[in-house]
Amino acid sequence: MEKTNNTTQWSTIIQSKTGWFDISMSEVWKYRDLVMLFVRRDFVSVYKQTILGPLWFLIQPLFSTLVFTIIFGKVAKIPTDGVPHALFYLSGIVCWNYFSSCLVKTSDTFVSNAGLFGKVYFPRLTVSIGVVITNMISFLIQFLLFMGVLFYYYLAGAAIQPNLWVLAIPLLLLEMAALGLGTGILISSLTTKYRDLAYLATFGVQLWMYGTPIVYPLSQIPQQWQWLYYLNPVASIVESFRFAFLGVGGVTMSHILSSIGIIILILVIGVIVFSRIEKNFMDTV
Amino acid sequence: MSNTAIQVEKLSKAYRLGIINHNMLYKDMQRWIARLLGKDDPNAPFQAKVDRKNDGELYDGERFWALRDISFEIGKGDIIGIIGRNGAGKSTLLKILSRITAPSTGVVRIRGRMSSLLEVGTGFHPELTGRENIYLNGAIFGMRKSEISKKFDEIVSFAEVDSFLDTPVKRYSSGMYVRLAFAVAAHLEPDILIVDEVLAVGDAQFQKKCLGKMKNVSTAEGRTVLFVSHNMSAISSLCSKGVLIEKGKISFYGDVQSAIDKYLMDASENSPEKMIWTSPKSEYPFSNIVKVSRYYVEDVEGIIPAGTLFNSRDYKVVVEADILCKEPDLVFLLSVYNDDNSILFVSDIHDDGDYNKEKLVPGKKKIIIPFPVHLLANKNYSIELSCAIYHKGWILLPDSGQRLKFSFVRDLDKGTKHNETHHPFTGGSRPGTIVPVLKWEIQTQ
Repeated sequence: MEKTNNTTQWSTIIQSKTGWFDISMSEVWKYRDLVMLFVRRDFVSVYKQTILGPLWFLIQPLFSTLVFTIIFGKVAKIPTDGVPHALFYLSGIVCWNYFSSCLVKTSDTFVSNAGLFGKVYFPRLTVSIGVVITNMISFLIQFLLFMGVLFYYYLAGAAIQPNLWVLAIPLLLLEMAALGLGTGILISSLTTKYRDLAYLATFGVQLWMYGTPIVYPLSQIPQQWQWLYYLNPVASIVESFRFAFLGVGGVTMSHILSSIGIIILILVIGVIVFSRIEKNFMDTV
Repeated sequence: MSNTAIQVEKLSKAYRLGIINHNMLYKDMQRWIARLLGKDDPNAPFQAKVDRKNDGELYDGERFWALRDISFEIGKGDIIGIIGRNGAGKSTLLKILSRITAPSTGVVRIRGRMSSLLEVGTGFHPELTGRENIYLNGAIFGMRKSEISKKFDEIVSFAEVDSFLDTPVKRYSSGMYVRLAFAVAAHLEPDILIVDEVLAVGDAQFQKKCLGKMKNVSTAEGRTVLFVSHNMSAISSLCSKGVLIEKGKISFYGDVQSAIDKYLMDASENSPEKMIWTSPKSEYPFSNIVKVSRYYVEDVEGIIPAGTLFNSRDYKVVVEADILCKEPDLVFLLSVYNDDNSILFVSDIHDDGDYNKEKLVPGKKKIIIPFPVHLLANKNYSIELSCAIYHKGWILLPDSGQRLKFSFVRDLDKGTKHNETHHPFTGGSRPGTIVPVLKWEIQTQ
């Protein structure tokens, strides 16, 4: 019997060691229906047997805004670049919610799906991508809420100037999704071995929020510390978002470009580490 | 163009023993630094150990070899039964083949789309309806939405859940749940289907339906099936070839009946319990009437065998009892059980009319029950003696768990001769639950 090692005639080859860049994105694409079914599953199942259902998407940011307005606006009196408090906080919360929920929910991909992953093979990345898309739906709902509040203040004559930058919203959304996904899958890959990172993730996200101009504007940061915010890609996203809709903020083009660079770097590292881990994680999880 | 569906070459899988987490980060960092500096890994004297590995040795320092240097090929359209004892490496092999975990060394090459059914209902979400779950489950197994839609009606009618399609599956009975899950899996149309012991669920009729479907998938549609089970009758009725895995290695690959024979033979050799029962306690009901001291199986030479019998040889069951007073209603029963503990048949002391009743007079007696030759197929069985007084009560209760286990295996000494229990083509054991020898007669007209 002839031994042909011509790889083209085999449809799948399973072996132990693969290259660093052995990521089969075409396979993820093949499973695109699965991604959408995961989205549907996650969206539908969360609010089954709840009374208010998807209204919870609105209640949470509204209450957070209320609390921030009272504590940071009225008590701590942190300025908001002359924008009405509610609008300022809500814009930050809507962005931050999307990013952080992408991060937190993808960060336990391996551990929380171990039962499923242990029984059937499909590209594991589909689960994480599904999560990111699911959260996009809740982002859109919260975004509509933000638009409503914005419209109210606009009619009331508040000092806000929405401008053409609103057209860049899809790009901002993509940046948040990519960053949330990249960080999340990086953490989820490492938590298969070191569970400590799971605690770090939830705790770290809270800290990260205070390191991001959510409850304060970037303009309040002393000049000599502004460079730090170049390392935080979320800062530029939030500032760009506010600039587009409210016409305030001091985001610069170099800030935007550096954050895009960092996001791509994190996403690439995340995907590489993730696809290395996914082959063997069942043995360590 | 070769007809190989799966080619496995020198496949091994090692698991790390002991606690995985402790100090891992520190050691991993040492390892990375060492690798960056181009030095040897300080924490992995692994290569050195492989070199002096000795065969059959599954443990090796801090590693356990679940599979070791396995190589085989599976042709397109074959139905392969994978058998082996618990811990032999069957599940590890399936996990590697279905890409749940990667091998430590070696390569597997697969031609065609493969689906594995290691568990029924994988990925079902309890809150979703039957309809939604069919789509979700199908997609998890790699089907496109359009493919599922095409198969949808077929799946629903196979699963027999038509009227519950829009009910969340958490409200399903467990039988419906399993039926739906298997129906989705059975309609996947992969080129290669891997099935683990999922048929242990569902009622007998549905199990039959599943086996039939699997057989159909292979014979009518030319697909390759790998089937893992401890249910030898399912394996022998479904599969054409068998792989026997023992201690991480393939110890036999070939005709399915021979694989089963070898498996049963090994299994019985590994548990050399003598086929003898001795009364574990002294007090039994009606001890003023009879005391059963022991019963055992004996071959023609008067030797008590250890669990491995040949159905072409003579055996008898011998009961030693002390009868203290004449009791016309005293009865002894011999029950024979299948591997799955279902009762196969029962025989009692009155099988031969009332003739024996007269002989149950006081004194120490030996009751002898000759076991028919060529009656039972080469499978696992157990026997149990029970004893009672009609209308009064049990002395030795049946189903008390004290059984003599044995397996009929092929009489390899007679392997060359055409034996009554041989399959004409494969040389394996004749299929079927019983293998009686009928007196065929040829008359010239």
